[in-house]
Amino acid sequence: MAGTNTQIAGSGVFGSSIRRREDPELITGQAKYTDDLQLPGMVYCTILRSPYAHAKIQSIDTSQAQAMDGVLGVFTAKDIAESGTPGAIPVGWLLPDMKIPDHQMLAADTTRYVGDGVAMVVAEDQYTAHDALEMIWVDYAALDGIADPKKATAEGAPLVHEEAPRNIAFDWEIGDKEKTDAAFVNATHIASLDLVNNRLIPNAMEPRAALADYNSITGELMLYMTTQNPHIHRLLMSLASLGLPEHKIRVIAPEVGGGFGSKIHHYADEALTAWASMQVGRPVKWTATRTETYLTDAHGRDHVTHAQLALDEDGKFIGLRVETYAAMGAYLSTFAPAVPTYLYGTLMSGEYDLPAIHCHVYGVFTHTVPVDAYRGAGRPEATFVVERLVDEAARVSGIDPAELRRRNFVAPDNFPYATQVALEYDSGNYEGALDKALATIGYDDFRKEQTAARAQGRYLGLGLSAYIEACGLAPSAVVGSLGAQAGQWESAVVRVHATGKVTLYSGCSGHGQGHETTFAQIVASELGVPYEDIDVVEGDTGAMPHGWGTYGSRSAATGGSAIASAARKVVDKARTIAAHLLEAAPEDLEFEDGKFYVKGSPDQVQTLPDVALQAYLAHNLPKGIEPALEATSFYDPANFVFPFGTHVAIVEVCPATGQVRLQRYLAVDDVGNVINPMIVDGQVHGGIAQGVGQSLFETAVYDENANLLSGTMLDYAVPKAHFLPSFETDRTVTPCPHNPLGVKGVGEAGTIASPAAVVNAVVDALSPFGVSHIDMPVTPEKVWNAMHGSAENQ
Amino acid sequence: MYPPKFDYHRPSSVQEAIQILSADPDAKVLAGGHSLIPVMKLRLAAPSALVDIGRIDELKGISHANGSLHIGACTTYHEIANSKVVQDAAPLLAEAAGQIGDRQVRYRGTLGGNLSHADPASDLPAAALALNATLHVAGPNGSRSVSASDFFVDLMMTALQPDEILTSVEIPAAQGGSGSAYVKFEHPASGYALCGAAAVVTRTAAGTCTSASLCFNGVSSKAVNAATVASSLVGSDLSNAAIASAVNENLAIPDLAGDMFASAAYRQELAKSVGIQALRTARDRA
Repeated sequence: MAGTNTQIAGSGVFGSSIRRREDPELITGQAKYTDDLQLPGMVYCTILRSPYAHAKIQSIDTSQAQAMDGVLGVFTAKDIAESGTPGAIPVGWLLPDMKIPDHQMLAADTTRYVGDGVAMVVAEDQYTAHDALEMIWVDYAALDGIADPKKATAEGAPLVHEEAPRNIAFDWEIGDKEKTDAAFVNATHIASLDLVNNRLIPNAMEPRAALADYNSITGELMLYMTTQNPHIHRLLMSLASLGLPEHKIRVIAPEVGGGFGSKIHHYADEALTAWASMQVGRPVKWTATRTETYLTDAHGRDHVTHAQLALDEDGKFIGLRVETYAAMGAYLSTFAPAVPTYLYGTLMSGEYDLPAIHCHVYGVFTHTVPVDAYRGAGRPEATFVVERLVDEAARVSGIDPAELRRRNFVAPDNFPYATQVALEYDSGNYEGALDKALATIGYDDFRKEQTAARAQGRYLGLGLSAYIEACGLAPSAVVGSLGAQAGQWESAVVRVHATGKVTLYSGCSGHGQGHETTFAQIVASELGVPYEDIDVVEGDTGAMPHGWGTYGSRSAATGGSAIASAARKVVDKARTIAAHLLEAAPEDLEFEDGKFYVKGSPDQVQTLPDVALQAYLAHNLPKGIEPALEATSFYDPANFVFPFGTHVAIVEVCPATGQVRLQRYLAVDDVGNVINPMIVDGQVHGGIAQGVGQSLFETAVYDENANLLSGTMLDYAVPKAHFLPSFETDRTVTPCPHNPLGVKGVGEAGTIASPAAVVNAVVDALSPFGVSHIDMPVTPEKVWNAMHGSAENQ
Repeated sequence: MYPPKFDYHRPSSVQEAIQILSADPDAKVLAGGHSLIPVMKLRLAAPSALVDIGRIDELKGISHANGSLHIGACTTYHEIANSKVVQDAAPLLAEAAGQIGDRQVRYRGTLGGNLSHADPASDLPAAALALNATLHVAGPNGSRSVSASDFFVDLMMTALQPDEILTSVEIPAAQGGSGSAYVKFEHPASGYALCGAAAVVTRTAAGTCTSASLCFNGVSSKAVNAATVASSLVGSDLSNAAIASAVNENLAIPDLAGDMFASAAYRQELAKSVGIQALRTARDRA
């Protein structure tokens, strides 16, 4: 049954807006996060961090800290090396000819970003652990640092690693340069933009934390931590950081308060916490302060790009070329090299039939905390390039932006569609989503209103973003060939207990997505048992088979497919047993709402609980059938999934202050079949808020010497509720043709689409001023300058 | 977010608090704690002791007598914003207090703490200036009174001595024919004023302006009184044109603040726009 998009079994639970069953615990404060956990004898660790973006460590004197009451140990890189622990923080995606600098849990002789760990204190209580940091004396020789990814490639720029000349970690391209350059020669119109994709700080509500308990007798390590993927963390802790056998490590994700990608990655801090427990023989807890969150969580985006789109005389796109400098930060984080390459360059076709594309990316070391996947990861950056270019093309060609998009969409009958940048889009109806969006927003009426408003000195603008994303990264063999040091399949165990109650174990690891609800909906619809009879277990390497976790909008598409596949195996086995009990052939049975009956005889039934009890008693099973009723699936997807849609932003710009007010925001998304519409809407709302945050408010600012200036919530503007209108959401449904549920992903769609929609709207509002682009975040000052003729900040 | 060690005192009278402060020059007064506690947690401040004045009854309360409004220093923003007495006698102060931070902050933060902290981007200093507030201060040598214009010295510096406590604020009650407004352009991250304008105007029945005041938060190292703008409005009809030309021709802000979110040059333009808006609203309410 896997591989076909059959009708969903069950009686309507799939597709219902069931309220999230996890919420009562979360909103009443009952949920237990890592920092809530207490173990007997637990102590605390803190990490001393470099105040310099780039410095030589001349000496470290820990003696005064070491002598303080309540301090159990003060450790430096030297101690880790002497312990024989590997101590490495590896990168998990390898590109050809990539420079891979050694990255250790603590800096030994050079610090490479503000926040780089230099020493660690373990103490009886948090206060002592923080006080002792102030008693460690480090003699630094400060060196020049650099944070701008393009300037870092200039000759003579300060080097992050000696082995990477011009700070270039990798030089990667995709597409056909010659063919693309030729297209530009024949172009009637060329849209050309210099774009900065501003650097973002993730700001999950819960800071990172770890609680490690090493048992020196058994050699077992229990590690509770804030993770989106406990199995990946176990693997990397074992292989690279701690050197403990994988089966001796158990990683548990308690409740996790958001991640947005920042809790995918393998960081030094959690590994240090585990190593500390091995040294002092006590459970050790580390919890990041909000300052540490700003300094050490992997940041997102940070691209400097030059991009051009060529059009023929009919407004057809004939070529796209892109050159991007993408910051990697000081070290290569877990999946960092994939983000500006295979998750970016491959998306450059957008929703368009584009015959020639070339994308050239430099991955660049900078003296900053590493940059890695952040909600959308590469795809927001690609969408911003493509959708800004399309609007600029509309401006230079004089063609209406909606019409220009329509003219260039991949047509609905042209699927599967092979792009020039390695992806095969499986299905789509791009014009359908655009039409729905234009009708809902009232596009033609808006243009009239805009004209009338301008006559009164009011500036309204409308921005479109017709986005596509590739999520549910797959299949494993393909991502492996591209450099992934990880598989991209997912596991599920569906265990029907003797009473017919069900426990589902998933290798995904939710941290706010609502899996406890949606995954139970999938099982309920597949097995026909009541939703309330199903529990969902995730996030414990001791409880379930290997899984790859939750990121990249993969949980519904890949994890959900594994769940459906496992459930269908359970039904197959139950069918065999039911047939035996009903004295019929399995193929003669109907299965409906959890009941088996012989076709034409719906009165005589065996319910799933009936069959489960018989399976566990094993008194009367058909020949060759093993007892019990459960199944495991390891589902490896056949392709990515490709959600798409059209988002529309309407803004008003105040000419007196330059302030941009988002007046309306409409999202028309196509995420395939929908498991829970309310949860999908919630994901879209959250994603849009983050994307609007990037476009209007958020940005990580570094000074000339790579010091982070926006290092607190007083300076870094996460959007607040009163900055935003209530978003309007709608959908079209084009099921995914290659997975058992017909679902795609929705976790990142809002973040991917919205920055381009908002900036396009602002540029549209400012068209009377001849403005062609404003970099994000579009602050009041930048807008004011654009309206008053200052070239600065445009 | 773990501050270094400190002592904690909870005096029951102003006199006792002053004695503790006099004995320990590194001690700090704790009121609502919404400015001091965060900097202690960040280890940017490390007072030897906190003198918690939050339970001293004589520092609380709002009263209106003899043409003056008296507000105890430990009165919270929430109490001020929602007090009918303040709304009638000093609506500008109620309006500004209601725009501080968020609900949680307004339930804890206090008038005295705000003015003593003298954050130039906070919302109350400009209102205190525009309303000609008098600040009553107690110290080891007794009490004294300081006008708001003398109280704010520089960035987070006031006329208060380390062993003095601001005890109450006195504001002349609003006259007939007057109107006021506080208009704030907020910093998207901090919620503080990128520019906040406090305006008060008084006009005759015929519409002629008899007095005016326009003060700013957020644009300089301390709250700014744009006195020349105000004086140029006296005698005018407070028309939109009169207000615009008064502001555009006379607004000169000393020591203009600039930062990574808004440069000094932009703040100047913003101050004009926000100032005009505040004056127009004040006029409409007069």
